[in-house]
Amino acid sequence: MIRTSKSEHASINLRVDGKPVKADVPPRLLLCDFLRSQCGAKGVHVGCEHGVCGACTILVDGRAVRSCLMFAVQAEGAEVKTVASLGSHDNLSPLQEAFRAHHALQCGFCTPGILISAQAFLTERPSATRREVEELLAGHLCRCTGYTSIVDAIMATEETTA
Amino acid sequence: MKPAPFDYVCPETLEEALSILSEFGEDAKVLAGGQSLVPTMNMRLARPAMIVDINRLPRLADIRSHNGSIHIGALVRQADAEREQRIPQAIPLLALALPHVGHRQTRNRGTICGSLAHADPSAEVPLVAVAVNAQIEAQSSRGARRIAADAFFDSFFTTTLAADELVTAATFPAHSEGCGYAFEEFALRHGDFAIVATACAVRIDADGKTDTLSIVLGGVGERPYRCDTDAWLGRALTADDIEDVAQTASARIDPPSDLRGTAKYRRWLAQGQIRRTLSRALEGAR
Repeated sequence: MIRTSKSEHASINLRVDGKPVKADVPPRLLLCDFLRSQCGAKGVHVGCEHGVCGACTILVDGRAVRSCLMFAVQAEGAEVKTVASLGSHDNLSPLQEAFRAHHALQCGFCTPGILISAQAFLTERPSATRREVEELLAGHLCRCTGYTSIVDAIMATEETTA
Repeated sequence: MKPAPFDYVCPETLEEALSILSEFGEDAKVLAGGQSLVPTMNMRLARPAMIVDINRLPRLADIRSHNGSIHIGALVRQADAEREQRIPQAIPLLALALPHVGHRQTRNRGTICGSLAHADPSAEVPLVAVAVNAQIEAQSSRGARRIAADAFFDSFFTTTLAADELVTAATFPAHSEGCGYAFEEFALRHGDFAIVATACAVRIDADGKTDTLSIVLGGVGERPYRCDTDAWLGRALTADDIEDVAQTASARIDPPSDLRGTAKYRRWLAQGQIRRTLSRALEGAR
């Protein structure tokens, strides 16, 4: 049984973007802050910090979740993937390539979370309708209001990968 | 927007979890999906001294059919219930309501039982539980008990659970022949909290008469609001009856006014939703 008082640190082991990570964390440390500050995962964007904006969305054991609504200590043993797992600057994933081609990012703040959500969604629903993609995006706020191009990019990826 | 410091425990047995709850009582909070609890902690609206994380109690993660009802354990994620093939057949009203619960990304963590225990009066799962007479199973070191959904919700974010009790499961009666269901919700954005939501379950007997009529409204008061529909039982409902139910029930509610809508607006929304959900549920029942 893991039991940690508020003044202590818990020792956790997890994988972040394929690399093993071992760390000591206080119980109240949010997973998003842990990933940014101790794992260098700057692709995890922290927006509203109460689960509304979706910018901090990551994959935990294959599922898209809000990293601002989990404590780092809860990620013990988990496989965490951030936007960095999708592709690299020189080798974009099909979804990232579609975002570029369809001008689906403006300021880019919401983009990593949306990419992660869409990637998980396309894996589960390879031929989703436009309406379903729009519903998926209800879980993300884009303050540049780039939604139409974002939906276009996701739909285009669906066509190329289906 | 960071939580205040707290002690954390992640028990590996239910007994350990219950023992900590009995030790800490009101100072402890149970963490399952965390999709409601963590935001309130991040905003310092909640400052529990002890967090009891039940995520490593796999015995609580099962969905079982049992004596004609469906048992949903405390760790069943909303997304898992949504994907579970038995649910649309067994608990159609829950299947209709689940896509409205938060967002896909929050349903991946959020649990069915957590939504019940959180008791948000505009949340969807509590409405379904009341509409179909679900039972909430609670355990403490003192023993186990079952609480009918009608008796479970007390007020805003308040249930009749004791401080040392843990919701271990919810049991939904299985769908029976001749039943029809409908769910509707109006929110500013898909997945936001309902301004008004309506869950409706109707059963028609062999003579074509309505023998069960459950209409439950969310977002109109401190707890899921069950409309009094006794006057319309025991007869075949006509279009005029449906209109009558919608007008009478919506006139009786006393919803709050806030930035998202006045009481009058909520009554108007409720009236339309009752009319439409009742019509659809009746079609399903026939």
